[in-house]
Amino acid sequence: MAEFWTNYGIPFAIILGESLALLVALLIVTAYVLLADRKVWAAVQLRRGPNVVGAFGLLQSFADLLKFIFKEVIVPASSNKGVFLLAPLVTVTLALSAWAVVPLADGLVVSNINVGVLYILAISSLGVYGIIMGGWASNSKYPFLSALRSAAQMVSYEVSIGFVLVTILMTAGSLNLTDIVNAQHTVWFFIPHFPMFIIFFISALAETNRPPFDLVEAESELVAGFMVEYSSSPYMMFMLGEYVSILLMCAMTTILFLGGWLPPFNFVPFTWVPGLVWFLIKLLAVFFMFAMVKAMVPRYRYDQLMRLGWKVFLPFSLFWVVLTAGVLTFFDIAPK
Amino acid sequence: MEDLLHEYLPILIFIGLSMVIGLALLIAPFVVAPSKPDPEKLSAYECGFNAFDDARMKFDVKYYLVAILFIIFDLEVAFLFPWAISLGHVGMFGFWSMIVFLAVLTIGFTYEWKKGALEWE
Repeated sequence: MAEFWTNYGIPFAIILGESLALLVALLIVTAYVLLADRKVWAAVQLRRGPNVVGAFGLLQSFADLLKFIFKEVIVPASSNKGVFLLAPLVTVTLALSAWAVVPLADGLVVSNINVGVLYILAISSLGVYGIIMGGWASNSKYPFLSALRSAAQMVSYEVSIGFVLVTILMTAGSLNLTDIVNAQHTVWFFIPHFPMFIIFFISALAETNRPPFDLVEAESELVAGFMVEYSSSPYMMFMLGEYVSILLMCAMTTILFLGGWLPPFNFVPFTWVPGLVWFLIKLLAVFFMFAMVKAMVPRYRYDQLMRLGWKVFLPFSLFWVVLTAGVLTFFDIAPK
Repeated sequence: MEDLLHEYLPILIFIGLSMVIGLALLIAPFVVAPSKPDPEKLSAYECGFNAFDDARMKFDVKYYLVAILFIIFDLEVAFLFPWAISLGHVGMFGFWSMIVFLAVLTIGFTYEWKKGALEWE
């Protein structure tokens, strides 16, 4: 019995503890990132943003959480109730579970699997289901239309994200996220792959339904998109899922292009700072770009969005895949 | 088997834990929030109109088309993954084989572009 505990019980407890620590940290970071998003948006429009709850509004997100939980849940009479309530659960679970393979620093990861990129791609593809389920189960016109739009938009940009990943994989020679970061010791990938960096960033905006690609909920057309019928904490769960996915996209940009936890210069004052701090700084910098884009760029039209995805990004990223493969093969510098 | 367990059990636990968090958030308002349903409140939202027709109506075939195109290209990306990480090992032959495959795919892509499958008006 004692042996069983040392062999299985204690490792299990350690994994559980690590996972819980990461999830709690992630949720707290999400709360503050949400506040930061609102603050940046407000600052661009010369407003103050939330500043009442706590000093500088620091507790705003937690007040919102409590408010959502104490509101009545409305499940429309004509909806499919099971699927209606399952949809937000699916969204949140998928958004959170992608973080299991994201390395926050060297070795600081819940599970360092060999096919990390594939896992992230798989989980984020499944994210469409939450939206489709929510839109369909509401049995209302606005959610239905916007779920269709959103699904088409997400799958369109997923294709170019896939090609961008392939170029990175060729250069790094591994599907493991830790190895990909370690392959950037000489040069961060956003320098050789600068056009891919831009494409990945824009596709990430589209993939997470962020402005200027928030056509799902273009207020003047489809009210609140597929979330129209949702209220109380199911609604909050969609928002939470959205922000956690945005953070995941920021983390992926950091890992794939900005050298993850590596310091910008490999000499003394920079190497003193721990990797986790570098990772967070880069992640927040990418998020700041997300927030600024939301504040400054006008919304796209749906046909423009589809044209950009299929006729610009897809051919260009395909061309870049061939170019990268050619350069790596002919100069014989592909990682062995 | 041991390695597999060692790598993937944490992921399973992590997914389980995320689901528990999600469930807690989902169930909380049913426990603590008031609930006073009435027919007006529970009817579908339609910007002030009474809901008419069924919401699950016919929709544009374009959405199917996008989904089908997505499957083709996503599969292609999945094919590229193993080739991409072993590019250093497969050499010239591997490189040209994949270029032929991509060329065939590009022909298909050009065809669907010319046919207008990518147009939205």
